[in-house]
Order: sequence, then C-alpha cells, then structure tokens
Amino acid sequence: MPFITINIDGREHTVQEGVTVLEACKSAGIPIPALCYHPKLRLAGNCRLCVVEVEGWKTLQPACVTPITPNMVVRTDTPRVRSARRTIVDLLLASHDCDCLVCEAAGRCELQKLAYEYGLDRRSRSFIGDEDYVSMPDESSPVLRYDRSKCINCTRCIRACGEIQGKGVIAAVNRSRDVSVSGGIVEWSDSKCDGCGECIQLCPTGALSVKARIGVRDWDVRKVRTSCAYCGVGCQLEMWVHEGRLVKVDGADVVPNYGSTCVKGRFGHDFVNSAERLKTPMVRRNGMLVPASWDEAIGRIASELERIKNSHGPDSIAGLASARVSNEENYLFQKMMRAAVGTNNVDHCARLCHASTVAGLAAAFGSGAMTNSIAELEHASCILVTGSNTTETHPVIGTIIRRAVREHGAKLIVVDPRRIDLVDNATLWLRQRNGTDVAWINGMMNVIITENFHDKAFIAERTEGFDELWEVVRQFTPERVEEITTIPAGLLREAARIYATSPASSIIYSMGITQHVTGTDNVLSVANLAMITGQIGKPSSGVNPLRGQNNVQGACDVGALPNVFPGYQKVTDPAVLEKFEKAWGRDLSSRNGLTVVEIMNEIEKNGIRGLVIMGENPMVSDPNLAHVEKALQNVEFLAVMDIFMSETAAMADVVLPAASFAEKEGTFTNTERRVILLREVLPPPGEALPDWKIICRLSGALGYPMNYSSAAEIMEEIAALTPIYAGIRHSRLFSEGVQWPCPDPTHPGTRFLHKDRFSRGLGKLHPVDFIPPDELPDDQYPFILSTGRILYHYHTGTMTRRVGALNEYAPGGFMEIHPADALRLDLENGGRARVTTRRGSIETEVRVTGRVAEGSVFIPFHFVEAAANRLTNDALDPVAKIPELKVAACRVDRIGTAMGGS
Amino acid sequence: MDENFNYRLWRYDGAQGELIPLLQSAQDHFGYIPRRAIKYIADVTGTPEASVYGVITFYSQFRLQPMGRYVIRVCDGTACHVSSSRMLIDAIEDELSVEIGGTTSDGLFTLTTVACLGCCSLAPVMMINDETHGKLTPAAVRKILREIRRRDAASKPPQAGGECAREAGA
Repeated sequence: MPFITINIDGREHTVQEGVTVLEACKSAGIPIPALCYHPKLRLAGNCRLCVVEVEGWKTLQPACVTPITPNMVVRTDTPRVRSARRTIVDLLLASHDCDCLVCEAAGRCELQKLAYEYGLDRRSRSFIGDEDYVSMPDESSPVLRYDRSKCINCTRCIRACGEIQGKGVIAAVNRSRDVSVSGGIVEWSDSKCDGCGECIQLCPTGALSVKARIGVRDWDVRKVRTSCAYCGVGCQLEMWVHEGRLVKVDGADVVPNYGSTCVKGRFGHDFVNSAERLKTPMVRRNGMLVPASWDEAIGRIASELERIKNSHGPDSIAGLASARVSNEENYLFQKMMRAAVGTNNVDHCARLCHASTVAGLAAAFGSGAMTNSIAELEHASCILVTGSNTTETHPVIGTIIRRAVREHGAKLIVVDPRRIDLVDNATLWLRQRNGTDVAWINGMMNVIITENFHDKAFIAERTEGFDELWEVVRQFTPERVEEITTIPAGLLREAARIYATSPASSIIYSMGITQHVTGTDNVLSVANLAMITGQIGKPSSGVNPLRGQNNVQGACDVGALPNVFPGYQKVTDPAVLEKFEKAWGRDLSSRNGLTVVEIMNEIEKNGIRGLVIMGENPMVSDPNLAHVEKALQNVEFLAVMDIFMSETAAMADVVLPAASFAEKEGTFTNTERRVILLREVLPPPGEALPDWKIICRLSGALGYPMNYSSAAEIMEEIAALTPIYAGIRHSRLFSEGVQWPCPDPTHPGTRFLHKDRFSRGLGKLHPVDFIPPDELPDDQYPFILSTGRILYHYHTGTMTRRVGALNEYAPGGFMEIHPADALRLDLENGGRARVTTRRGSIETEVRVTGRVAEGSVFIPFHFVEAAANRLTNDALDPVAKIPELKVAACRVDRIGTAMGGS
Repeated sequence: MDENFNYRLWRYDGAQGELIPLLQSAQDHFGYIPRRAIKYIADVTGTPEASVYGVITFYSQFRLQPMGRYVIRVCDGTACHVSSSRMLIDAIEDELSVEIGGTTSDGLFTLTTVACLGCCSLAPVMMINDETHGKLTPAAVRKILREIRRRDAASKPPQAGGECAREAGA
C-alpha cells in the first residue's frame, strides 16, 4: 500500500494510505483519547472523544472514523479540541457513579484517567446529574457484574461479544437516558452468555467487572504471563498475583489467543489457591494414607519398585505420564522409566484421545499433528468440523471458526450426530449415525471423484495409492452412504462440492473421529479426503486434529509413549536405540511397551505389579471404570504424584504433592505444535515440588541420578535428542513460542506442515472399508451412548470442580435425551434416570433436548458421582489401541417421580 | 410453545427485517410479550435474545407486562389538560387504586395517558379500548368504570390478568 504525507501538529508524517486519522496519529506516536475505539473492534464513532481539528473543515472531526487524505493538516491539541473533549468527559461524569474509591476498575479505568487529565474534580464540573442514575448492579451471572451506573454506552462489550467471540449475546436495551447493555432478557443470567469475559477485558470503565471482588488494586499486584492449564489451545494468560495468591486472570494479547480466553481460562484457576492442595508426601500405613517426609516417601517407592523389578523383571513395572504436566517433566518421566527402571511401559492419556491420530496421520503424511496454525483457520474459505464440539472443548478455536464464518464469509460444514452450537453458524449440518464416519467420508470422496473435483495434479505428484483407494471408494455411492449413515445423499453431495472447490478448505476433527475401534481408519479417511482434493500443505488448508489437553501434544512429542523415544523415534529401530543408550548411559529395552488400557489388563493378569502415575486420574478418565478400579486395587504397589487427592491418588500406597502449572518453569506444546513457556507465578504450597524435581529425586533413589538445575537445562537435553525440537531453547520462547519442526536454533519454526513434500515423502492414500462400531444397540440395550465434555468442566474435574463459578454454571452430571425418547420412557426434564450398559450403571439427571438424535444418549464424563466411564466400552482400535469411548449400547430407565428423584 | 402461538407466527419466512412484525403478532396474541415469546422469536429468527429484548424496550408500543382487559387512555393533550384532565386521572387512580402505567390486581383495567386523541372539541376525553368518552367529569368517569366492572362480573367469572388477555382484533 502506498504511503502519503500528512501534517500532524505542525510536523510532517509519512503514513500508510487508507488508515484513519486516529491510526495515523497512533503510528506517529501522538496520543488521542478514545473510549469507544478499540483496535480489535469495528469503528463505532460514538464517544466523540477523539475529535481533532482538520484544516478546511469547520467542525471538529472524530479521528477514529476520518480517513486521511494527502496533505491533510491535523491539529490534535488545540484549546478548542481540549475544550470539546473536556465537555464530553464532563457530560459522561454527570451520569456516572463516581465511586472510584471502591470501584473494581480504579487504576485501569479509562474514564478515570481522562477525568484526572482534564481536571474534572467535583467543583469544576459544569454538569452535575441527579443521583437517580445510581442503580443496583446486575450480579446474576456467576462470573461478572454489570453496573449500569458506570456504563458509558461505548458498546465495546457488544462488539467484543459479536465480533471477537462471534456470540453476540450482549445488546443495547432501552431508550434515551435509560440506555444500557444487557446480556440477556432483563438479567444477565437469563442468556446464552457463557462467561468468557471478553467484554470485561475490553470494558473501559468498571461497568463490567469480575464478580468475585479482587480486593487488590491494579498497581499493587504482580502480573506474570504464563500458559493456561486447560485445553490444547495454549492461551497465553496474564496472572495477577498478590501476597502469594492468584487474584485474577486476563488474556494476554499475543498469539494464539490475542487477549481472548474462555470461562475456564479466565475464572477457572482458583484451584491453585485451594486449601485441599496436597502439601506433604503421604504413605499408606495400616491402610491409611498418613503424612511422611520426602525421604521416607521416595525411599518407599524406590524400595518397592526395586523389589518388584528384582523378582519379576523391569517389564512388571509401568508408568503413566501426563498430558497435564510440562514437556520437561514428561521427558524425565519416560527417561526414568526407560533408563532407571528399564521398561518401555510408559504411556499417558493421549492413548484415550488421539492415539489414532498419531498412528493414522503418521501413516498417511509421516507426522501426526495439526498441519496448520490456529490463526490460519480464520482465513480458511471452508471449514469442515467433524467430531469436535469446538466451542466447548477448544473455546478460543471455536471463536476463530465463528469469526471465519461471520467476519470473513467462510463456509462451515458440521458433521456431527449432536446438534452442537457451531451448527448455528453452519452452511450445512450433516447428522451421521454414531460410528459411521468412514462411510460418509468415503461417500464424499465418491462424489468428488465422480464429479471430477479431485486435484489430479496433486494426486499424481504428491501421493501414492489412488487406484487402490478408488476401488473401495467407488462402492460408496451417496445413496448407499445414506443407508449406512442416514445423511441425505443430496446434502452429502453439496458438502463434498463445497469442500473440494473452496480455495482453502481445512478439516477440524477431534474425539468424535478418534475414539472408535475404527479410530485409525477414520483418521486415514480424513487424510484421504484432504489429499485427493489437494486441500493440504498450504496456508489455512489441511488436516487439523485438535488436541484435548494443554500438553498432550508435548507429552507425545517427548516420548511418553510405549513405542517411541522423544521425537517419535521408534524403540525398535537399532540406530535409534543406540543413540539413546549412548545419551542416557544405560542399556535400554527395544521391546514396545504396554498402552494405558493394556496396562490395566495386565495388572489383572499379574503382568504388571508396580505402577507410577504422574498427574493422571484413570479412576474417572478411563473406559470401563469397574475394571480400572479392580486393577488399581489389585496392583501390588501404586505411587501417584498429583496436586490434589484425586480418586486415583486415594487408592495409592504413596502420594507425592506436586506443584501446579502456575508454580513451576517449563514448557507446554499446544495443539498447533507451538512450544510455549510456563513461568513460576506462585511458590508451591507446603512441601510440594515440581514434578521434574520429584522425578530427579526418585530416579536418584532408583540408582540413576539426574542432575538438572532448571527446566531450561532439561529442554537443552530434549533438543539434542529430538530432531523436531532441535532448535528449541527456553530463551527463544519469551515472546511467542516456536512451532515445531524447528531443526536448529536459528530456524523460525513451522507455521504449516507438508508444504512441498509430506514428512514421509509421498502422501499415502489408504483404502478404508466401513466397519460398524463394536457394540450396536439391541433389544436389551436399545440406545447409543456417546460421551464427551462440556465447556465448564475439564476432564475428570480435579481442577474445575474446585472452582465455585464453574460449579454454579454446571453443578453436576446429566444425560441428554431426545424429546421423543423421553416421552416414550416417561422421562421429564430435570428428573432422574438410570443408564445401564453391559459394564455398569449410573444415575443421573435427565435433560430433554433436540441436541441429540432420537435413539441416542449423551453424557459428559467429568462427574465422578455419575461417571460416564462406568458405562463406556474398552474395546480397542487394533492399531492405535484407543478405546471406543464414543459408542456404546445402553438402556435408560426412569427413577422415581420427577418431583422426588431418588 | 402452544400451537396457537406457532400459528400466529405463520408469516415468518426467514426474511430479514421481520422482527417487529413478529413481536407485534406476539403482542396481539398475548396482549403483551411474554418471556417465552422472546425466546421463541429469538430462536426462529436467529437473533440473540438480548437484541430482541433491546428492540422491545426501544419501542413504546411493546409491553413486557400484561395489560388489563380494558385499557384506559386518558388524554392529557393541551385541550384536555386545560379542561382539567388531571382531575379525571386523579379520580381513576382513586377509583381503581392504580397509578399511571399500572394494571389493577384483578387484571381488568390498565391506566395510561396519551398526548392527544384528536377530538379536542369533546375535551376532556378518554378512550377505553375502542370506545371514546367525551366531556367527562370525575363523577362520570367513576360511573363508567363501575358500569364496566358490573357488566364484566355479570358476563364471566373474574380472572387474573395475563395470558387470558384479549384475542387479536377483538
């Protein structure tokens, strides 16, 4: 864009053509006050504070909506301008409840700053309103407070909710002097507001504030940037700390979230302050867990593991690493298991979410991770979302998808058995029968190839196996697919055409694709679809599995898997084995270890006798809980490191208190392969230690000393052994993090994968035939049960269920059932029902809703008192060993009357 | 949502700019706009609930509270005002124990004022539903109100205000 010269306050400035006067002033370093203007939002031009003099114009011009013209002469600080601004602030104050002494916003309030700047003390104000504008604030939302008497109607919140979050739940209500904003009908709670708090962050005054009074002033707190502990988006947060307590969280304005975050990120970190945090090591004595010293606890673990190893061999011990702790800690954990204990029996809960992605995408492309960056999704022209309830599980990515649709006109295709919230924004919604994904994907490819929309050049140059693929795909005509999936043939055709012909199509998928006995097949099919249309290897276009946990990508990357060392280097490869034996100075096992579900099975057969678990809670997260419970009771020795006495820790022989994410240094790797930094925001409570320090102690006690002075030092070791992390150092990560692959310290990182060639060379098209789910409904168990997550809780709830506001939003478990089924079974909304499968039975609250299809039931798995995983099927995908958590056959029975419950 | 209400919304065909007609038809049906109608209209039009609420609160024609079966519009325009319309209002407030804008507890009357009814020669004037009463005195007003109350009690048992309000076009 060309540059032009304008004159601001008597000096020439060269600025980009097409910008506004306000932007030009900003780039020239000249401050212009503005209340309704915010760089992230569309222009409102309503506060008039930014007025300036422009030569040739009689009236003052609002700088925020006035475009610059060549040779424009602007004056920003004349008496006339100052007088006009002063009047505006004066008028705003006339109807403003100026209780700055106790206002939540004091110190960061933009109106307060202006009032001070323009000297508008009570005596010099020309406009004094009556007092009747002071009203009681609306405190009906669990997380925020709206105080009308401090609202200046700048509409930033309305635009933030609509334009940034894509939700649009806030609107202006009433008329003239009564105008205010509302998040619902009359009251905030009576709305679809999900509490993300974007509006609070952008409010210039104290009108919208955090409901739980912080009680500390902006200037008294220490603000530390770190990474969020919840989902795989890896939001950068600014944590406010005062006297060793976390008092507030804001979104940090950097990649990948640019200031946004979700209700969990903003309001869900209270758990670090919880009195229930583990503060001392505990060992089981006479059946009771009692406090012990670190030396005693570590000594006990070491002696038990040594004993088991000596009598039954190293492979009778297994370890569960964690997708919730840092890369450095997962690296040390697997190093300890492999070098100190001598077994490859190390796995973590990625087995339960994206094992099939790692297996499937590695087979198809050569590397199993999100191919594109989060930010690129905003500019995709078509987004196909399947098996991902993105707005609840990855809320910030959900908002980016909504923005792509609302602000940039992307077409959104949702393929999901549930009517998830994204359906509201979708161009097309295809409701498939649960577990029939291979069929509809093959059907789409059938349409694409039959109608000649496939990318012949891409197929010829970049892939192999097209003819074999076509042999299978040709059988999946849309009509046959309709029989299998219930997706109308016409809709499938339309979706196929949109996906294939859009300039940049991106596929987003998650657990709905992976958690099946055909999980790997599903992933291969998704990869096929992207490859035959050439929708991969370019910006905004590719295959994007959303990783669930904050560091599930990293835990896999650094080798917390039974078949690979860090960087997905196979334990069975002699060259790799030699490299690690040399680096770690021990003989290592070249035998693939056991996976999560296999470990539980082996315990039952006495194959596994000792188990070390770091920050995982299989007693809620794993399928077929009755079986897990039995295994954990039977295992000879169980040691758990955690931040709380989780359901699993309560069964352990030794429990070690760990530092939370906010109490240590380290790195996470988010879903877009970005290695991001964790800072020590708070000291750990009591005697708790970061997991990496615990592992160092334990490994030393096992006769394999580890000496690291910092997490950064551990990262240097990871980089030396892991080609995709070779260039990563903590010192590089302070601003934005680095996306792997990053082969050397000067490499900038990789925004999107597979640009000119796939990691494996040619992309491999795998012909995949349709196989039905392991367990289908029958007379005895007539419903299809599916499980998943909700926005307000995280995984097994160890953290979120200790946060008051989140519990207010979602106090307990429930099941969703279709109105027609509810009528047949005489179930009422809010009543109780029993859900039973071949593996177990739970009682829960009934929600009658059209979100689920007839014949289907959905249950979130966060709630231990109604644990969905008592019901789920632990049948495994033969390749990835991922259990089929998404489909089980169940029956539903009413309990008692709707009034009484039972 | 009851069948009848869905029927009232027949004219919505997904076109933009239909929100106000929909709100009018809901108000015609219920006599006011109940909360469930706001939710329903927000849902069928894909408009956020708060935006629908914003539109309702912007226009004075929309009501969020039920109206009485008899809506009294006392004219307080210039001609009526100088003819002591204030006395009529005082008499009604006293007779019905209700303030301007309010509805009697039995749901029978709602008292409102208007700026002009366009028949200044009959000042002071009021309308009760579609019927106009002119050259009024406080005593005449009380008589009219008592007569309505008597007729209403004779025709049907008393009902509470709310969704039993008048049918559209009645």
